[in-house]
Amino acid sequence: MSANDFLSGGFAPAPESADHFEIKKSYDLYIGGKWVKAAKRFETTNPATGEVLSEVALAGKKEVDLAVKAARKAYEDVWSKMPAAERGKYLFRIARLLQERAREFAVTETLDGGKPIRESRDIDVPLAAAHFFYHAGWADKLDYAFPGAKSNPLGVVGQVIPWNFPLLMAAWKIAPALACGNTVVLKPAETTPLTALKLAELFEDAGLPPGVVNIITGAGPTGQALVEHPDVNKVAFTGSTAVGKAIRRSISGTGKKFTLELGGKAANIVFEDAPINEAVEGIVNGIFFNQGHVCCAGSRLFVQESIAQKVIKKLQKRMESLIVGDPMDKNTDIGAINSPEQLERIKALVKIGKEEGACLWQPSGGLPRKGNWFKPTLFTECAQSHRIVQEEVFGPVLAIQTFRTPQEALTKANNTPYGLSGGVWTDKGSKIFKMTTGLNAGVVWANTFNKFDPTSPFGGFKESGIGREGGVHGLAAYCQLSH
Amino acid sequence: MKTKVLPFPARRDSPVIDQVGVEERAQRFCARSLKKETKMSALKLAVTMLDVTTLEGADSVGKVSQMCQKAMQPLPGDPTVGPAAAVCVYPRMVATAAKAVAGSKVKVAAVATQFPSGQMRLKERLAEVRYAVGEGADEIDMVISRGQFLQGEYRAIYDEVAACKETCGKAHLKVILETGELTTYDNVRYASDMAMAAGADFIKTSTGKVPIAATLSVTLVMLQAIEDFYERTGRMVGMKPAGGISNAKLALQYLVMVREVLGPKWLTNDWFRFGASSLTNDLLMQIRKQETGRYQSGDYFTQD
Repeated sequence: MSANDFLSGGFAPAPESADHFEIKKSYDLYIGGKWVKAAKRFETTNPATGEVLSEVALAGKKEVDLAVKAARKAYEDVWSKMPAAERGKYLFRIARLLQERAREFAVTETLDGGKPIRESRDIDVPLAAAHFFYHAGWADKLDYAFPGAKSNPLGVVGQVIPWNFPLLMAAWKIAPALACGNTVVLKPAETTPLTALKLAELFEDAGLPPGVVNIITGAGPTGQALVEHPDVNKVAFTGSTAVGKAIRRSISGTGKKFTLELGGKAANIVFEDAPINEAVEGIVNGIFFNQGHVCCAGSRLFVQESIAQKVIKKLQKRMESLIVGDPMDKNTDIGAINSPEQLERIKALVKIGKEEGACLWQPSGGLPRKGNWFKPTLFTECAQSHRIVQEEVFGPVLAIQTFRTPQEALTKANNTPYGLSGGVWTDKGSKIFKMTTGLNAGVVWANTFNKFDPTSPFGGFKESGIGREGGVHGLAAYCQLSH
Repeated sequence: MKTKVLPFPARRDSPVIDQVGVEERAQRFCARSLKKETKMSALKLAVTMLDVTTLEGADSVGKVSQMCQKAMQPLPGDPTVGPAAAVCVYPRMVATAAKAVAGSKVKVAAVATQFPSGQMRLKERLAEVRYAVGEGADEIDMVISRGQFLQGEYRAIYDEVAACKETCGKAHLKVILETGELTTYDNVRYASDMAMAAGADFIKTSTGKVPIAATLSVTLVMLQAIEDFYERTGRMVGMKPAGGISNAKLALQYLVMVREVLGPKWLTNDWFRFGASSLTNDLLMQIRKQETGRYQSGDYFTQD
């Protein structure tokens, strides 16, 4: 029998093809509808292979200023004066173009970020298009979103987005900003700039007026320059809690509006009366989706003591069937860790977990040699006092604790500085309501996990951030309301 | 080997099923992409798992014996393909089928117990089982009394399966739940648990005679029941989705699901079967396509 016989082996390679479009050797900054060169450049690599994909411009203070000026000009001259229905048409056009080029965006996202093609193809890209469609519909109906109030745009919005969902976060940020009549300067993360730059190409194809969206690439200092630019009216940031705090300090007293969507350490709570097989699947989707690089990941599992052994056994069996490897292979479940730095952070926290006395378990399969990889990992026998329970790992690492009563589960689940998301698994409806109202988290899922929809507001409490994205709440963050 | 029978299981011992979750999980198997040798070996495997079936009032000696030839030799001239696992017929046709497949690996399965409705006294239904076994059936596909199940007379289901198992003697017992009539996943799960406890060798989704037959998600619920039963008792139980599996792509999705839920141990026709009539030729056509890179005309595949 051959190595890939259905009975005895793995799956024969099923790679998605990348030869139907081009990733350019180099990209400049997209400012005022033109591609603008910068003095410095940096490389972006494929985290699964280490291979350099492209070289992109590094925006300094000068370029940031240019971009904000272009956005201001577009706001004053064109975008704020355009009838709302016309703004909506542009958004519809962008959404349709994104659907037409879905494969190109999915493949680029996977090459640049390391996430499995199954996820970028089935989740990231369709959801990004859905956000543009949803907000396109709102553009000329804002009066109905806020009855009795008149909504005015804020002006120029500075947006800084993370590397875990580069295209989707760009859509989350750009779509509502444009729908409400603002213009945008967006900075994607330094490890994953390519889909945002391709989005700039798509804006050109859509005929979006110059300067309405400007895309500038760079690392932390570029983002800082954007956030601190005096002519920015609103800052929208998704990323780490540490940077979020720094941003809030730096803009205090400036009158800038802001939304921050930061870290999380979600509790996923499984009761003994839960649909156990579906719960196991939900735990897997909760923590191993996108290699665990998800701010709302269900990284703390609370399982009722009476069924803990059974759940852990089923979970381990399920994890044995997860395929870790080439993100471009259609059968891959878990792709590459986004960057060597992130891999080091994960390794360091896992080492601490072991030293603290939690019990580590990983499935038996191997990992590719080149690139950044980490096996899906469980820690059992965890306690609230463990650092792997307290700190955000942002990787495929699950900390499991047991509980006895609903009250105990709530107390432990809320005993964290974060408050982004949570999950409850039980067959009993009344228990769902009791738990979901008791959880101090912005998003709570019942009998499912990691479900996203443009109509549903997303955001956190406490150190997980402030403000909401998506739904009517998300629109409000990009409007000035007058009564 | 004497089948291990567990006591009548209480309904609350069966885990609850979340409809949205189980359907989502079933869809996930469809995202697996089978290529090259993986696809070819899976296609050939699927042929060996076929219960080639005819269950019509019009079934005759001629029809059944010709179908048996196809089961023994699905792709004339290519001995690497097939034979199918079994032929599945009404009790009156068992002797004909047994004669036709004599000396081959193909088994004879008979539907019995007042298939498809099961609406008859147990005594007569058992007599039918006895008759089919006496005619030479290797396997009996019984139906459970869905009416009684829905009336809440669960114990009657457990008892009728146990009685059938005893009546079968050496013949293997497949228990058809008719999932399309049980309607909810919770019902399917409990019926599966009861049938296995009562001694079923196989559990099977459908008769093929009601509009909703096998689906990936209902099969997943049954596979999970088999998995839990195996964990608890160490006894393997087989699975047979039947009805509506009409093309090779869908058949391979079922095989992927079995492989990932139960493991490769279940991937033989001792433990997994497809109940199908039109699936055979699509599998053969896909095998030829894998070999030659082209689709062959339907004229190159035998119609029975």
